[in-house]
Amino acid sequence: MTETLDRLRLSRLGDDDLELLLQVRHFELKLLELYGRGELNGTTHTCLGQEYVPVALRPLLGPDDHVFSNHRGHGHYLSTFRDPHGLLAEIMGREGAVCGGVGGSQHIHRDRYMSTGVQGESLPVAAGVALHLKRTEPGTLACVYIGDGTWGEGAVYEALNLAALWELPLLVVVENNGIAQSTPTAAQMAGSVGGRAAAFGIRHHLVVSADVNEIRAALAPLVAEVRQARPLVVEFVTHRLGPHSKGDDIRPAGAVQAARDNDWYGRYAHDHPDQFHRLDGPVRAEIQAIADEVAARPPSRWEGTCA
Amino acid sequence: MRVAENLNAALHGLLDDDPTAYMIGEDILDPYGGAFKVTKGLSTRFPGRVIGTPISEGALTGVAAGLALTGNTAVAEIMFGDFVALAFDQLCNFASKSVSMYGRRLPLRMVVRCPTGGGRGYGPTHSQSLQKHFVGMPGLSLYEMSPFHDNRAVLGAMLERGEPCVFFEDKVLYTRQMDQVDPLFTVRREGGLAVVDLRGPDARPDCVIIAPGGMAHRALAAMRSLLVEQEISGRLLVPSRLYPLDADALLPFLGEVVLVAEESTAGGTWGSEVAHLLHARLWGRLRGPVRLVHSRASVIPTAAHLENEVLVGESTIHHAVREALRG
Repeated sequence: MTETLDRLRLSRLGDDDLELLLQVRHFELKLLELYGRGELNGTTHTCLGQEYVPVALRPLLGPDDHVFSNHRGHGHYLSTFRDPHGLLAEIMGREGAVCGGVGGSQHIHRDRYMSTGVQGESLPVAAGVALHLKRTEPGTLACVYIGDGTWGEGAVYEALNLAALWELPLLVVVENNGIAQSTPTAAQMAGSVGGRAAAFGIRHHLVVSADVNEIRAALAPLVAEVRQARPLVVEFVTHRLGPHSKGDDIRPAGAVQAARDNDWYGRYAHDHPDQFHRLDGPVRAEIQAIADEVAARPPSRWEGTCA
Repeated sequence: MRVAENLNAALHGLLDDDPTAYMIGEDILDPYGGAFKVTKGLSTRFPGRVIGTPISEGALTGVAAGLALTGNTAVAEIMFGDFVALAFDQLCNFASKSVSMYGRRLPLRMVVRCPTGGGRGYGPTHSQSLQKHFVGMPGLSLYEMSPFHDNRAVLGAMLERGEPCVFFEDKVLYTRQMDQVDPLFTVRREGGLAVVDLRGPDARPDCVIIAPGGMAHRALAAMRSLLVEQEISGRLLVPSRLYPLDADALLPFLGEVVLVAEESTAGGTWGSEVAHLLHARLWGRLRGPVRLVHSRASVIPTAAHLENEVLVGESTIHHAVREALRG
């Protein structure tokens, strides 16, 4: 996959986009650090290396769209709400947590954003939501983030069938990072994502670039068509820089190095050093301050169990 | 009116009353109208809100959850309740969890209908009573169809709970009449509980049988033969909601001898949950432990003579009552 990525210069981003990319990056790095120090309960899955995917999609999605995220969803959440305080409080179980500390890293619901922790199960739900949107709020869509590993689940195919059959405004974003937990994609997937989408007559668009501007320009007309009830699978060839969760990376050094070589962070620093260094330090410091502030909060409270 | 007609009318009423109500399932459209004809006429009358799906129980349950998530009322039909196993993830890990796992209550108006049970020779994978596999799931309520509970009211009660519900419909009830009992008996309703007693002056019954709707007619047949042959008097309690069970609502109607009869095969049954709830409340007042009556620990065979050996019938309940009274 590495070789498919071009090494062209990344185009210059607005400060806002770069700040968001850096916010997600430093948020995730901070989480690994906190876990390493034993300050977080449970586990987490960072999106290190994949931050640019939701950042690229951000202006293409509106507040009336539904977004379904997954276990590796911090970047999706931060790109939607720019709320590192609420997310960190959720992960740390502190006051101000988005979901009271009940959901944690992978079960977040806010407005029209929802993440779930079981592979593939959100696709049929998103199909139901898309059916509702098509009938009552035409022009809006349901977006579902999944990974390459998710394609092992039958729910994906049942939902794609419905999306094509019923012409649903469903946008499936595949973050193909080449590895499902510890299993390389080549060892778990026959054929290809594109071939599978084609089997349902659903359009498939492959993104190999990590250039946010370029990705947006290519996707804008395609996403607009999704709003006209034409489902779409967008597959990002991307790289998971970190471990699956924490300290469980068994990839050979070469694979990890390849992910690092393709990392937008280093590339952007190289291509636009002035802008990068002007923003990177302050964003890192901001995340540090947020972490300190959130850690000092009292524990979150669960307002109610079910009846 | 037959139970299937009452249920059909209830669904018509729901879609009529609630413009956000959807019915979704396999082969539910007219002219077929569902494998058991329960959805007949719905798609003709409410086109667009009655949705036929591919054979995808997981997806259709997920779609129902998605419709509920966006504020609609969703009723899903699983053609044979056995196939709800294919929707277990959607019910266990998505719909029921969503009610509370996001830190605040997220109401979902959603019912999954499951034609359930044996006695019709459909064999091992089309005859099961899977209620027990859903007992104890936070955020999921279980109801069972009964000849003594109007289905429109039951649908309303399920939707009012604001959390996903599974509605078990014993298939043998579809062709039976609503509210029909032998003249020996009289039926009254106490909230969600149907109480069936012998006609005549009030007297303490010798035994009380708790049974979900699908078992009611078999329990009543047993009560009749016990009375006629043994002069044993019984009372039948039929709760509409199986889980969470309102055990306190049962207490005023119980005596020293209590049985729970259900069609489930043995092991980890709903009845054992009921027994536990009652033991905690009545232990010192019971003559013996609550007696569980259920089908054998077996697959459900197809041939009628073999199926009869496995499933709970009138005689199973009859014998269980006599054993319980012998102590």
